[in-house]
Amino acid sequence: MASHANVAHVHAAPSGFIRKYIFSVDHKVIGIQYYLLALFSVFLGMTLSIFMRIHLVWPEINIPFFGGQMKPEQYIALLTMHGTIMVFMVLTTAPQSGFGNYFLPIQIGAADMAFPVINMLSFWTTFLSLVVMVAAFFVEGGAPISGWTAYTPLSILKQGVGDTGQTLWVIGLAIFCAASLMGALNFITTLVDLRAPGLSLMRLPLTVWAWFVTAILGLLAFGVLLAACVLLLLDRVAGTSFFVPGGLVQTGQIVAEHSGGSPLLWQHLFWFFGHPEVYIAILPGMGVASHVLSTFSRKPVFGYRAMVYALCGIGFLGFMVWGHHMFISGMSPYTAFAFSIMTMSIGVPSAIKTFNWLGTLWGGRIHFTTAMLFALGFVSLFVTGGLSGLFLAQPSVDLPLHDTYFVVAHFHLIMGVAAIFGIFAATYFWFPKMFGKFMNETIGKVHFWLTFAGVYCIFMPMHFLGIAGHMRRYADLTAVDFLGGAKHIGLWKVQYFISIAAFITVSAQLLFLANFIWGIWKGKRAPINPWNATTLEWTVPSPPPHDNFAGRVPTVYHGPYEFSVPGQKQDFIPQDMTPEEVLRDRS
Amino acid sequence: MQRNRVGSRRIGREGAVQIHGAEEMGKRKRDCAGSTTVAATFSIFLAVFTIITVYLFIAKPWWFPPSITEVGDLIDSQFHRTLIITGIVFVAAQLGLAWVIFRFRDQNKPATYSEGNNTMEVVWTLATIVLFVGLGLYAESAWAIVHFAPAQPGDLQIEVVGQQFQWNFRYAGPDGKFGRYKTVEQALAQRKRGDQSATPWQLDTTDPDAKDDIITPIMAVPVNREVELLIRSMDVTHSFFVRELRLKQDAVPGMTIHMHFTATKTGDYELACAELCGLGHYRMKSTFRVLNEADFAQWMKDQAASQ
Repeated sequence: MASHANVAHVHAAPSGFIRKYIFSVDHKVIGIQYYLLALFSVFLGMTLSIFMRIHLVWPEINIPFFGGQMKPEQYIALLTMHGTIMVFMVLTTAPQSGFGNYFLPIQIGAADMAFPVINMLSFWTTFLSLVVMVAAFFVEGGAPISGWTAYTPLSILKQGVGDTGQTLWVIGLAIFCAASLMGALNFITTLVDLRAPGLSLMRLPLTVWAWFVTAILGLLAFGVLLAACVLLLLDRVAGTSFFVPGGLVQTGQIVAEHSGGSPLLWQHLFWFFGHPEVYIAILPGMGVASHVLSTFSRKPVFGYRAMVYALCGIGFLGFMVWGHHMFISGMSPYTAFAFSIMTMSIGVPSAIKTFNWLGTLWGGRIHFTTAMLFALGFVSLFVTGGLSGLFLAQPSVDLPLHDTYFVVAHFHLIMGVAAIFGIFAATYFWFPKMFGKFMNETIGKVHFWLTFAGVYCIFMPMHFLGIAGHMRRYADLTAVDFLGGAKHIGLWKVQYFISIAAFITVSAQLLFLANFIWGIWKGKRAPINPWNATTLEWTVPSPPPHDNFAGRVPTVYHGPYEFSVPGQKQDFIPQDMTPEEVLRDRS
Repeated sequence: MQRNRVGSRRIGREGAVQIHGAEEMGKRKRDCAGSTTVAATFSIFLAVFTIITVYLFIAKPWWFPPSITEVGDLIDSQFHRTLIITGIVFVAAQLGLAWVIFRFRDQNKPATYSEGNNTMEVVWTLATIVLFVGLGLYAESAWAIVHFAPAQPGDLQIEVVGQQFQWNFRYAGPDGKFGRYKTVEQALAQRKRGDQSATPWQLDTTDPDAKDDIITPIMAVPVNREVELLIRSMDVTHSFFVRELRLKQDAVPGMTIHMHFTATKTGDYELACAELCGLGHYRMKSTFRVLNEADFAQWMKDQAASQ
């Protein structure tokens, strides 16, 4: 079935620098390009958050970058761009487009993606989108101030600041949607058509399952966001009124050019994309966690089928819960009931995954590599961040908590930090394969501990801020008395603690950056299969040659996680090990 | 980038991989000499983290202010119910993780081969369905009181209008009827005649119902009497939020959203905007004042006099 297509895709390695590293059609180069784009973006996004943390607790500090003390609109511009860059350019890009691009074809025994040129196009479209978005910082009025959710009509009516930036933002986002759609199509086609002989669906590594489900989510979700972005753009520049009702008065002026639109329509479209987006960010992390936990426990994934069904279940339910972002939006309270029960149900496949991760570790022989530490950290963070979702999923409990720091804590832990831990686990795990070198394990472990302790110190206290009623997106804590705006009292102390923790945690990421660069430059040479892992990427050289398998088509005989099979001398059976070789390895 | 050319041949089982693998295993054994330390550190970290978290949720140094409505009490008890259930799951999962990390660290014993256990999958699936969905169903009563049941007849109606960056409150006055606002056409016509301050959010003075309407910058309500809010916005989306009421409701342009409550404790509370509404979002606040019946009547009179 797939072998014919595989052979057709073998092409000669390009020679020139530009065709090899810039406009490359090799999925591995494109994967690394995506990864580097995400790496740049994550440091940009973290820098923005550091400015926010400084401003919150020391608003009187002069920051040269902001022309003196930061103004409230600058703070909101920072939080808007922080959210946008982190969600789209990091959490969507690194785990799916980065690692997925690099490893999905190799793990299924293919020479490349199904559409290599479209693959290149989707990377460069993503790059263009980043450029357009970052340009928003440099135009008159600065970056937009309507949050990454761009609620209408705030994102449509002129605000006096961030107006040009808002237009660039929506154009950039629309471009990003187009890029993601191309990527998703490519992933799905590749998986369906280019699997090696013997690689049935129930023999796929869980990483591949996760990328596959994520690609389906992306295909269904980004189309909706693209449409919403186009409508928003038309409202901004062409005088249409999809999202703006009539009769509005802004700062004493009658908004005469709009009538008949609905602000809730934007929220529905945005969250119809926005909730699946959460799973687009986290599912690849779940796949990586399963993969790494199994490899370093030297045990098969506990309940492999249940894990696959849970991934599909989360993906399916993920499309039916967007309304839980809108309990207080003014939509019908009866629909809140349905959305709430659906959302609580998502806890079920999530719990199945957690139980199975613990089951995988149970009875294992755990090797504490840095990749494993991050995968274990992922499990802990996933539990912590997931459980706070059970509060927010109940409309009545959501009433006091909505739009407070409780929500900020919840989504940062689960969609931000847990997903980032998935990315780190994947980085430490696959770095030897991608670059043929090792990262330093000792520095990696220091990086893990500082990050793990750091993120909990940042985000756990935010739950209490939220319970105490601390609203999100407040540029100045002195305006509302109960926020304890005056220094050294009440909630200010909590904010202060969070800021200090954030500075330390962000500094620790420089260790990672140094380790990454040092690893590429001077790292110890990596062999083909340093972790004694089973999947196909560990049967090719590190790094793999241009067409991965040098023209041959691997045949798969085993499931993806055959570790510690009784009676075998080796504690792992590579997926392409023939039955005769398995027999020969018996003790 | 260095290319390891060994791999262009068929490698893997004939030797290359296993030899590499064997070397690595030897190296890893040395690495894993420290695995007890790492395992113990991880387990202790998780245990300490769990204890601190549980302590803070019990000691409650930062917590909800006391609720001033019956619905607020219901929401608080549902919050606590959820906290107990998630708390148990949280402690069990984190300590369970800590335990398996320490117990199953590499001790040079082979791992137990297991592909899973279907009975366990079914049990924990059913258990979580009952627990989570049951909890969700339990939460609906408070939501139903807030949003499904209409306000009682004879309640006090107050119109809440959000604008960048302040709150406006309108009382119907002695006649109990809200007057009309100007239409957009009226306002535009007035502007044409030279009154540049005319907007469709001003009372239509030709409407007799509008004559006794009272507009105030803070909101006062009588204690123990049901209040129904008609929440609106004249520009962008805002959100009406009083912590002590445990209520939050977006004010959406183009919509009038109803919400009702009965405050049971007098006092001044802070009323804030909870939905990002622009650069002045943080300063869009007002006061929510609960007065006894006599004080409220007096307050209304004072407000009427100052219109």
